[in-house]
Amino acid sequence: MKFGVVVFPGSNCDQDSVDVLGNILGQEVVKLWHKDHDLQQCDFIILPGGFSFGDYLRSGAIARFSPIMQEVIQFANKGGYVMGICNGFQILAEAGLVPGALLHNDHRKFNCKNIFLKPQTLDSLVTNQLGLNKALKIPVAHGEGNYFADADTLKMLNDQDQILFKYCDEAGNISLESNPNGSIQNIAGVCNKQRNVFGLMPHPERAADSLLGNQDGLGIFESILKTVDA
Amino acid sequence: MKFIAEINVMPLKEILDPQGKAVTGSMKNLDLAEIQNIRIGKHITLEIDADTEEIARQKVDTACKKLLANLIMESYEFELTAV
Amino acid sequence: MEYNQLTTLETANDLGLRPEEFERIKEILGRTPNFTELSIFSVMWSEHCSYKNSITWLKTLPKDGPRMLAKAGEENAGMVDLGDGIACVFKIESHNHPSALEPYQGAATGVGGINRDIFTMGARPVAQLNSLRFGDINQERTKWLIKGIVKGIGDYGNAFGIPTVGGEVFFDDCYNVNPLVNAMSAGILEVGDMISATSFGVGNPVFIVGSATGKDGIHGAAFASKNITEDSVNDLPSVQVGDPFQEKLLLEASLEVIKTGAVIGMQDMGAAGIICSNAEMSAKGEHGMRIDLDKVPMRQPNMEPFEILLSESQERMLIVVEKGREAEVQVVFDKWDLNCIQIGEVTANGRLEYYVHDELVADVPADDLVLGGGAPVYEREYKEPAYFAENKKFNIEDITEPEDLKVAAMHLISHPNIASKRWVTEQYDSMVGAATITTNFPSDAALTSIKGTNKALALTIDCNSRYVYADPQKGCAIAVAEAARNITCAGGEPVAITNCLNFGNPYVPEVYWQFVSAIKGMSEACVKFETPVTGGNVSFYNQSTDDGPVFPTPAIGMLGVLDNVENRMSLDFKKAGDLIFLIGENKNDISSSEYLASFHKVSASPAPYFDLDEEYDMHQVVKQLILSKVIESAHDVADGGLYITLLESAMPRGLGFDIESDDEVRKDAFLFGEAQGRVLVSVKADKEEEFVELMATSEVEFSLLGTVSEGDLLVDGELFATVQESKEVFDNVLHHILGQA
Repeated sequence: MKFGVVVFPGSNCDQDSVDVLGNILGQEVVKLWHKDHDLQQCDFIILPGGFSFGDYLRSGAIARFSPIMQEVIQFANKGGYVMGICNGFQILAEAGLVPGALLHNDHRKFNCKNIFLKPQTLDSLVTNQLGLNKALKIPVAHGEGNYFADADTLKMLNDQDQILFKYCDEAGNISLESNPNGSIQNIAGVCNKQRNVFGLMPHPERAADSLLGNQDGLGIFESILKTVDA
Repeated sequence: MKFIAEINVMPLKEILDPQGKAVTGSMKNLDLAEIQNIRIGKHITLEIDADTEEIARQKVDTACKKLLANLIMESYEFELTAV
Repeated sequence: MEYNQLTTLETANDLGLRPEEFERIKEILGRTPNFTELSIFSVMWSEHCSYKNSITWLKTLPKDGPRMLAKAGEENAGMVDLGDGIACVFKIESHNHPSALEPYQGAATGVGGINRDIFTMGARPVAQLNSLRFGDINQERTKWLIKGIVKGIGDYGNAFGIPTVGGEVFFDDCYNVNPLVNAMSAGILEVGDMISATSFGVGNPVFIVGSATGKDGIHGAAFASKNITEDSVNDLPSVQVGDPFQEKLLLEASLEVIKTGAVIGMQDMGAAGIICSNAEMSAKGEHGMRIDLDKVPMRQPNMEPFEILLSESQERMLIVVEKGREAEVQVVFDKWDLNCIQIGEVTANGRLEYYVHDELVADVPADDLVLGGGAPVYEREYKEPAYFAENKKFNIEDITEPEDLKVAAMHLISHPNIASKRWVTEQYDSMVGAATITTNFPSDAALTSIKGTNKALALTIDCNSRYVYADPQKGCAIAVAEAARNITCAGGEPVAITNCLNFGNPYVPEVYWQFVSAIKGMSEACVKFETPVTGGNVSFYNQSTDDGPVFPTPAIGMLGVLDNVENRMSLDFKKAGDLIFLIGENKNDISSSEYLASFHKVSASPAPYFDLDEEYDMHQVVKQLILSKVIESAHDVADGGLYITLLESAMPRGLGFDIESDDEVRKDAFLFGEAQGRVLVSVKADKEEEFVELMATSEVEFSLLGTVSEGDLLVDGELFATVQESKEVFDNVLHHILGQA
């Protein structure tokens, strides 16, 4: 399986994703420059975290028009796998590849800390190896991660099982106190209707190396490998 | 009397506007390279009760000076309309 | 005044130059300087660029060591050898005055500046820290400063994409007017890959890269003078605006362009902009430059030559390239959509010649502008202040011990200087790069793994400025010792320091005495710990409301290394039932403690107990304990004393402690005194014998305090609080004062 990690100007988690996929999971992984039009026959595209184009105007709004995004959008529309992490999720939302939008955190501050995340469905490429009852400790680091969708969209997300993760506390309770940014229904990650495009605000690539004392994020990558290799 | 103030707060023209610069740079990806010198500020509207337009103007001006604009970096202008 | 008009003593005075300096400039040039030339000298001979009032004493600091690859003063930042072909470049810098004026941009551009110092040498920054000092947190202005400065640091550092892994925040009324903002960065490179800030090779092209140049940050006081311009509004110096996005591109492009091998030298543009980088690079390379100022990309029309030369517009670099290889450099900057414009070339004669449309507008010798060349050096008078003797009269017996020490304990936990700083630190991305070990293993120093090796960096910034005020020499030695203690407790080996020397007005003899004494204390401690001073920054003229100086604040940024990251040590108690030992000795001492200052409100006392040799010996035994895997945790006793140290070790896992006090000292001194030279460790019961045996091999004192409990905080059987209630208070003090937003 070949992964491609897109590098936008201002991306800063691109190398972290490459390290996890390449060094920890031993996968073939290449970086894709935003000005190129070639996805290099990758099977899975990752839009990494960071501050593409400085996050100016709206997070993800400018990156969404980078040349490579034309190819990523086509690839996704043909059923190709794309996952956006943090800024990557914001870019996917701006591009309309996943429903909803990411607003400023309700407390208006950038917030970086470990939070807990509860998978909401096992019926997805990125969650199938996880458990529905175990809270995963994964870091967040964002100023604009407050997930918003209108009532119709929310109903659709729920009806079609498109909610991947919700914020919870250490014991797995999905509560107001455990919501780090004001996201509606504590939503931390979603997929599109066709279940091939995935977006999440937390950073599983920062919770994958035993050296850092937390590997709760590894299961998300292992889910991808398990399904696609099988 | 009630007035509506429409306030524009803009980065001073002599200082760098990183946001405007980055957005200008992105125009070529939209085939709009002829668009230049984008500068991005804030548009603020507010309502104010005052006996005269002059008093309303002074109060809005004070709000701009004290809070709505940072005069070290921003300029402002506004229009008042009686409603 | 026209740029080419000849100047007078009055103009020199307006520009902040002294009469003898003006005479010296005329001597150097052999003629009267024109306005542009005089402006050049005024900034290059300013304290900020020339260190004219501090260099005599800075030179007394130890700067040699077996690991030093670039010593103090040689390059933009110090560089040390970490072994196995890896080197680390690190430095600290102040941005106090800009932050007092415009906290958000002032702090943001401080972060930008220090990171450019690192990557201009070819190192990729991997960790940032900062040291912040504010006045009374309950004042509205202080809240405005905190919110702006923290957001400025966060927005810039987060977007730049380098984790902010540590630092300190301290509050005292002496910083009410003048906050201190010190930013530190550390970067990694392979030995031999360093790019020097030099320029040589006649005919080699000189490029300016990055942002366009505007009238940013041109020294207000000097240039607001009526002589300069009639139409004032458009020529007012404007605030420097940071663009972290541009900085990120500049980082990637700079590291990429170095790989081409076509770069002769590179320097970032910080204070004094183009002129400073031209002068320093040319002086180092013993060459000159011819620069066409009209070729510099400008953001504003009608810039005067002096404005172009002195502009402090951010996110710019100067690069000297091997002639004939211009295209290789150009292609890299094109890729990153950055300006890359040739503005001149290297010349043989050691002069800096500036042209506008082929007309010579300034001609000055590079070497005479710079520190170590012709820049003036002054010896300032100094005198012991009266308060110093007063402090020594302090007697602990004059302080009544409170009836109920639980009240004092709760006071300390609720004090902004002691309580959790998470309101601040959670606004910084501390984990980008996926190398921050201390996120999940809390330690006294921040640990950053060096990718592709088994090594880790250990980083800390320390300075208890109350101690330095009380006794500058001892207080500054303590700052170094505390930094070394933190590195040691995290499992690291102290390697070297960088310093940020924040003081008042150097022309006041009592202030200069604080400066001189602090330098002496730093020297002693750095020699003892074998941590050479690799450079840093001096910031004078930091004043408080009553026009007195701020506490003398020599912030010590220390770099340590772990050759094997498996030898890291964390500060948290691991399991109820483990034994708690104190290494070092309890003292009947509450001098300059937070307890004395804020609970008893007594400000006149000496620095706390400190013995450099004992301290050093104690560190060696802690190092042995960690390497021998005998201890479960290590945490140094610092601000707030032993009680706070115990609590900090207890909180991460929701554990408590059950300890007995020491009959030999007052109980308040035992719990809250800040005598130096102490480390708290926990030991599994079945390792007690091994622990005691290892301790017996040294002369270092130690004592059994008690055991780790399930969650009660017990002193002599008395319940002080539960860990839950203490943590609830400790974690939320700043949120209550500063609010959620």
